[in-house]
Amino acid sequence: MWQAIYVELQDQGLEIIAVAFDTAGKAAVEAKIRAADYKERPAVLARLMGWSDELWARQAPPTYPCLIDPGHIVAELYGMRNVPQAVWIDEQGRIVRPTESAGTYDMVPHMDRDTFEVPDEAAARGVAVRNTYIEALRDWVKHGAASRYVLPPDEIRKRMRGPRADDVLAANHVRLGCYLYTQGALARAKHHFNEAVRLCPESWNYRRQAMMLDPERVGELNGGPDFFAAFDANRHLPYYPIADFGTGNA
Amino acid sequence: MGPTTLLYDERVTTLPDAEVRGEALWLRAADMHRATGWKLETEGLCRGDACVQVDPTWRDGAGRIDVNAFARHMGQPITRDDSAWAYGESVNTRHDALFSLTAPDFRLPDLDGVMHALSDYRGKKVFLHSWGSY
Repeated sequence: MWQAIYVELQDQGLEIIAVAFDTAGKAAVEAKIRAADYKERPAVLARLMGWSDELWARQAPPTYPCLIDPGHIVAELYGMRNVPQAVWIDEQGRIVRPTESAGTYDMVPHMDRDTFEVPDEAAARGVAVRNTYIEALRDWVKHGAASRYVLPPDEIRKRMRGPRADDVLAANHVRLGCYLYTQGALARAKHHFNEAVRLCPESWNYRRQAMMLDPERVGELNGGPDFFAAFDANRHLPYYPIADFGTGNA
Repeated sequence: MGPTTLLYDERVTTLPDAEVRGEALWLRAADMHRATGWKLETEGLCRGDACVQVDPTWRDGAGRIDVNAFARHMGQPITRDDSAWAYGESVNTRHDALFSLTAPDFRLPDLDGVMHALSDYRGKKVFLHSWGSY
């Protein structure tokens, strides 16, 4: 989905690496990223994701690396608990912005649960959030360490949520569940993903993956009643705020 | 007892003669090395520059090592499903890696099966973006 930005910024030194947390691997992601023409995809998705008409018109299948992470390893390493989340890493391999929502606005409370349509006001907000994020990314690519969106180390650490014992245990259940999935032990794999959800209930990655392990649902976008039931049941959990660009080091 | 599979780091190792006894999983020293990378030396169990002194209770009369006692000592989570055992990283290891602000490295395949490491992209700014098909 970031191809338009990649085309614009790759010559200025930006690499995009997309990591898909998908236990079913290639089967789950291939259809979504090798779609012949993104413009054939329903415009309702563009509105949900906050892509402006201008950026949406420039979408194309990605030429940047799209990696598959069946065991959600990168999620564990970087404390990613929802998608899409992103981290900015400089030329020396240093984190300059920690895990945060990658330019998205939470549309679930605003959307029609049958059609996924969102009201104009929410759609406009989504585009504004997305554009703010992209402008910040452009600024970083242009100005590097001098960008006002590069955070000081103390601020980065303050914004990071360190792993708890339950998080590393949950990740270990996912590791085992992923292995069992490859062995065809679907029921046992689900058991371990459900354990991970129990230990780390705020991980929507684990929760949504657990719902989508059945072979007939692999690759499906989970917008069914079970997803909304889970969403409604977990409103009390910490959610993932819009990326905060208000306290850069400018 | 049938074969036992250990998941440790990125290693997946199936051993014919590991023995479960209570909380313990006894491995021959050579199997311990193969399955975990930790090798029994005179200084203790060693991997890379690190050596961990071996507690006598981790050894049995046959010279085997209780990998579970070792992993507990290291603070690693242990998760079992029948004959499959997974060993994770400790909270401290994960915490220190992240809070050092050096981006933790990883290696993963792309859609064509080509492996990419984050560290292959040193010298560029990397926008590391996560998503899922769900």
